[in-house]
Amino acid sequence: MTGSRLVIELTILALAVFLGFEVISKVPTMLHTPLMSGTNAIHGIVIVGAIIVAGVAHPGWPMKIVGLVAVALATANVVGGFVVTDRMLQMFRKREPARAPEPD
Amino acid sequence: MRQNLIDLGYLVTIVTFVLALRFLSSPTSARRGNLIGAAGMAVAIAVTLAQRQLVTYWWVVAGVAVGAVAGAISARRVKMTAMPQMVALFNGVGGGAAALVSLAEFHRLVPEPGRLPADEGISILLSALIGSVSFAGSLVAFAKLQELIRGRPITYGGQQLVNAALLALMVAIGLVVLVGPQSVGLLLALLAGALLFGVLFVLPIGGADMPVVISLLNAFTGLAAAATGFVLHNNVLIVSGALVGASGTLLTLLMGRAMNRSIGNVLFGAFGAVTAGPAAAAETNGGTVRSTGPEDVAIMLAYAQRVVIVPGYGLAVAQAQHDVRQLADLLEGRGVDVRYAIHPVAGRMPGHMNVLLAEANVPYPQLVEMEEINPDFPRTDVALVIGANDVTNPAARTTPTSPIYGMPILDVDRAAAVVVLKRGMSPGFAGIDNALYTDPKTVMLFGDAKDSVSRLIASVKTL
Repeated sequence: MTGSRLVIELTILALAVFLGFEVISKVPTMLHTPLMSGTNAIHGIVIVGAIIVAGVAHPGWPMKIVGLVAVALATANVVGGFVVTDRMLQMFRKREPARAPEPD
Repeated sequence: MRQNLIDLGYLVTIVTFVLALRFLSSPTSARRGNLIGAAGMAVAIAVTLAQRQLVTYWWVVAGVAVGAVAGAISARRVKMTAMPQMVALFNGVGGGAAALVSLAEFHRLVPEPGRLPADEGISILLSALIGSVSFAGSLVAFAKLQELIRGRPITYGGQQLVNAALLALMVAIGLVVLVGPQSVGLLLALLAGALLFGVLFVLPIGGADMPVVISLLNAFTGLAAAATGFVLHNNVLIVSGALVGASGTLLTLLMGRAMNRSIGNVLFGAFGAVTAGPAAAAETNGGTVRSTGPEDVAIMLAYAQRVVIVPGYGLAVAQAQHDVRQLADLLEGRGVDVRYAIHPVAGRMPGHMNVLLAEANVPYPQLVEMEEINPDFPRTDVALVIGANDVTNPAARTTPTSPIYGMPILDVDRAAAVVVLKRGMSPGFAGIDNALYTDPKTVMLFGDAKDSVSRLIASVKTL
């Protein structure tokens, strides 16, 4: 039973890697910095793991602290990653709607 | 039933992440994609909170509050020039979180009767190891980019031997944890060793190679997240981690190619790099450098038909991107066709220069990639090089003995005239002379980039 679960998970991993290469190779170099910060935000998904370890009953304080720190780090990763990516992407414009007059 | 709903929620998240990356294929849809990804993340967090195994929310709420405030403030305040540091930092905290999750899971599983299953054991070790290396390595990269420590490679004798020994020691500890006594103490030793390894691994890598390092650490954190997925048997972690791992790997390879160096050379090659300078100095053609004033350059630019601006990191350092855009606007107002030629490694991370110019309101259709603009240089009247050096050095094409021979460059020397804005005659990062500067059709305008561009703007206005 454990064996087949591992195989299924490895299958998912392998397919996701190929999907990743496929999708990422279509991103133009112009957007590579937002791509990096965007994927940065995506690996913030460890927040799922962090919430689980912070929310289950741990006997003793040390592991409670570990869970707390894990959640804090992962949240900073998620929030910071998406916010900074949004900040960058909103700057990419074809033309400003109305050109401001030249400041002297 | 409940578990099925939770897993369906995770599936929604997976789909939104793939869509987010898919939408990044065009600047028009990219922002929407990012918002979709963020919504997917919210779904994942919501369904995780509904998991049965959660018994307390206090620690979660406290952690989220602290992390959200810290993340939002730093993301709002960071300057676009400091984006590489910021990305390095977010990489690091993600890796650190993955390592801590595996530590807590190990602690929870170990007291149970029977051995830790091998697959979960290996996953925990990998996640702890890669996560810690990414955390410590990213912090060093951050410190280098932020100039808290010297950007130059830090080397000492037997460095690679020390690193190899440390890695071997950690593998040994890992094996002991798998087959022998499964104590939290051993895992803590492994974490400490991995942190040390992360520091030693990035210290010898020079500041200019940071685009490669950041991409690689990005891939590492992705892999750590995927390994965490194998620990918790959670598909959304596995898929997201794999997507990030693929992205980081692809960007690492791309950066290596653009710098004409193998990844191994970037990561372990700090030792030979110093000797390149003096040997290559003899490669100049012995011509003279022609210096000129802003009035002459203004006339060249204003009466040209096609101008290509070649921005380098020097432009970003001088914060001259806004002035350059003003100059371009003035020229366009006079009917000149202005475009920007962007080398893949311009800036300090992949695509950095595009972000800096976008911030200065340069419309993105004017930002042209190297492969696309190179054939246009012979039809270009003036190539205006601002704060770029090695990426314009024709020695990469012509001089097989040059250390940068074979590196893809922008063919500015094929334009009818070249204007180089430069502080002085100091060589670029590679430490070699640039034959472009002694080319008869090149003129140099010496001075601070921002200052020179402002003087050019003033001169063009008087025409």
